[in-house]
Amino acid sequence: MAAASAAARRDRLVGYTMVAPVVLGSLAFVVLPLGMVVWYSLHEWNVLANTFTFVGAENYQRMAADPGLADALTATLWFSVGLVVVNIALALLLAVLLDQKLPGTTTFRTFFFSPVVVSLVAWTIVWSFLLQADGGINGFLGALGIEGPNWLRHPTTALVAVVIVQVFKNVGLNMILFLAALQGVPEELHEAARLDGAGAWRRFRSITLPLISPTILLVSIITIVGSLEVFAQIDVLTGGGPGSSTTVLVYYLYQQAFRFNEFGYASALAVLLFLIVLVLTLLQWQSRKRWVFHEV
Amino acid sequence: MSAHRTRGRRTAGTAAVLGTALALTACASGADAPVGEPDTPDEPVELRMTVWTADEAQLGLFRSIADAYVAENPELVSGVTFETIPFDDYTTALTTQLAGGNAPDLAWVFESNAPEFVSSGALVDLRPVLEDTEGYAFDDLVPSALTLWEEGDGLYAYPFSTSPFAVFVNTDQISAAGQPDPADLVADGGWTFDAARDIAAATAKDSGKQGLVVRDFDYQTWENLATVWSGWQAAPWSADGTQCTFTEPAMVDALTWFHDAVFDDGAMPGPGTTADFFAGDAAMTITQISRASALDGSFGWDVVPLPAGPAGPQNVVGQAGVGVFAAGEHPDVAADFLAYFTNAENAERLAAYFPPPRQSLLDGETLGDANPLLSAEQLEAVVVDGVQDAVTKPAHRNFAQLSETVRAELDALWVPDADVEAVLADTCAAVTPLLED
Repeated sequence: MAAASAAARRDRLVGYTMVAPVVLGSLAFVVLPLGMVVWYSLHEWNVLANTFTFVGAENYQRMAADPGLADALTATLWFSVGLVVVNIALALLLAVLLDQKLPGTTTFRTFFFSPVVVSLVAWTIVWSFLLQADGGINGFLGALGIEGPNWLRHPTTALVAVVIVQVFKNVGLNMILFLAALQGVPEELHEAARLDGAGAWRRFRSITLPLISPTILLVSIITIVGSLEVFAQIDVLTGGGPGSSTTVLVYYLYQQAFRFNEFGYASALAVLLFLIVLVLTLLQWQSRKRWVFHEV
Repeated sequence: MSAHRTRGRRTAGTAAVLGTALALTACASGADAPVGEPDTPDEPVELRMTVWTADEAQLGLFRSIADAYVAENPELVSGVTFETIPFDDYTTALTTQLAGGNAPDLAWVFESNAPEFVSSGALVDLRPVLEDTEGYAFDDLVPSALTLWEEGDGLYAYPFSTSPFAVFVNTDQISAAGQPDPADLVADGGWTFDAARDIAAATAKDSGKQGLVVRDFDYQTWENLATVWSGWQAAPWSADGTQCTFTEPAMVDALTWFHDAVFDDGAMPGPGTTADFFAGDAAMTITQISRASALDGSFGWDVVPLPAGPAGPQNVVGQAGVGVFAAGEHPDVAADFLAYFTNAENAERLAAYFPPPRQSLLDGETLGDANPLLSAEQLEAVVVDGVQDAVTKPAHRNFAQLSETVRAELDALWVPDADVEAVLADTCAAVTPLLED
């Protein structure tokens, strides 16, 4: 009995030792900063004057009356919806096309995936040149007899431009995930459906989509969370402008913290962002039971 | 395990997290330290100064001055490190260092941030050290150059660079377009913003390049337009910083002139168009005299003072200060080093890159020795005369928020059919609460 319990203790010790690095790492680099952000959000912290004053929920109350935050949330909503819809639709379309047994698919796959491995800032800077009033895109449109807009100087086109730059940067990753899922759909099911007289669209809707639904869930979560954390593209392309049309929540948070030195308020915004991401992820996770095939 | 024990552990874990956060925060706090004659430390200290230049020649000069100081004061200082932070992110990176409890001993400070830094208590009063340092000749400093950095009797930074704005001219492009030479117009009193606009528009049309570029404005850094609206004696806010003056007639006229020069006359590049004068992309540029080092001799050039506006000629200077942080580890030693770094002898050496705020050094001949690219006449006309009664670019203790808010509002102005008065009224509506803060 005693020997058994000693062995169990030893097993536990080995187990704890094994997980210790991950647990300690998570505590130090995830839980601790999270706790600190919450703590800071309850303070007014003036870095220059070197003051750190407890203000309770004041920073949270301030959010309700902050018109800049309302604008930022609106911009975030449009940006995220645009990015998620275009990215997922395009990734799925490309994956379906590349899933056909046609010559040259490897080249196209490489072509669409290569932006994923390119440095984000370098990619964005190149696009910022292309999107200038006299840049490459308008030069190309001009050759076709079309007068292009000043992409980054008009509120709507600026938001569209940032979405497009971000979509092309990351669509390759989602495309590969969808492609892997498509190639896992058993051919027999398609054959059986074909024998039953189902057309291509019917087979896609009733066989392919349900079977790749776990991947759609994964891609949706990654893309939505990613869309809420886009920063570098906006900093390089528009600086949040024109006006505040591309000042999304992360960029607004950055401005408050590092431009205006409002670290307390920025921490409260970081908590808000965390809660938004958490709620969206939980909603998606809960809704999976309705449409992800192995959960139904 | 009971729920009670679990909850107890959770509470302890939360307390540990928050306790650590509090401890780290406490570490980030510095203490206000009076600055004075430095006590000899137990062992020589290492000083750190943040700068935004990455120019090896400039850094080399700083190091040679620092080495001489270390050689003279081996018991005080073992070395001085000059840490370059990129220009665009300079203040952000600096305040992040402060937030992290890693304040540098000395730092360059932008003029636009001056009121915020000066009033915050982050910097120590340098006046006692500079006045008491033997041979410093404090009275030689031009009083108007110090104004921005003073509060009460205190002087919180030394304006190491007081660089006038001027107009660089590509004489090759202008003469090819058959336009009058701006230097001749200066001589006969005809050098006005309207004349500059007409020359720029005609030259741009002829060369297929750009006309007049307000350098570093880029439809973002709007405060650089002070080099234009000062000719109308316009300003974004009142001198005490409490009233928005964007809607004053002078500002409306100045920005209407600018808008029309861009969108009607084609005299200036529009938004989203980049043009580098020093690469030969434009006929003229308004920038600081210190940019002369970017000229490579690939085209004929001249430098002339800013044109006169309807309110007459107005000199504009860009300043940069260097201050000592109270939260730094060795404010006494840092202030002593600053007094050495900027004494009359070293100010003359620094004048090669940074026009000094010392009356005795402000003559064409002295500056000419340090600036071989520019003739004594050019320096006399642009630098020596340019710092007299000059205004600085806009500054405010709430500048960071004002800067971003004004930028966002003025975006509506940079379209062809903008209603200038309406945009400026919106701008005032947006910035007034920030001015009253």
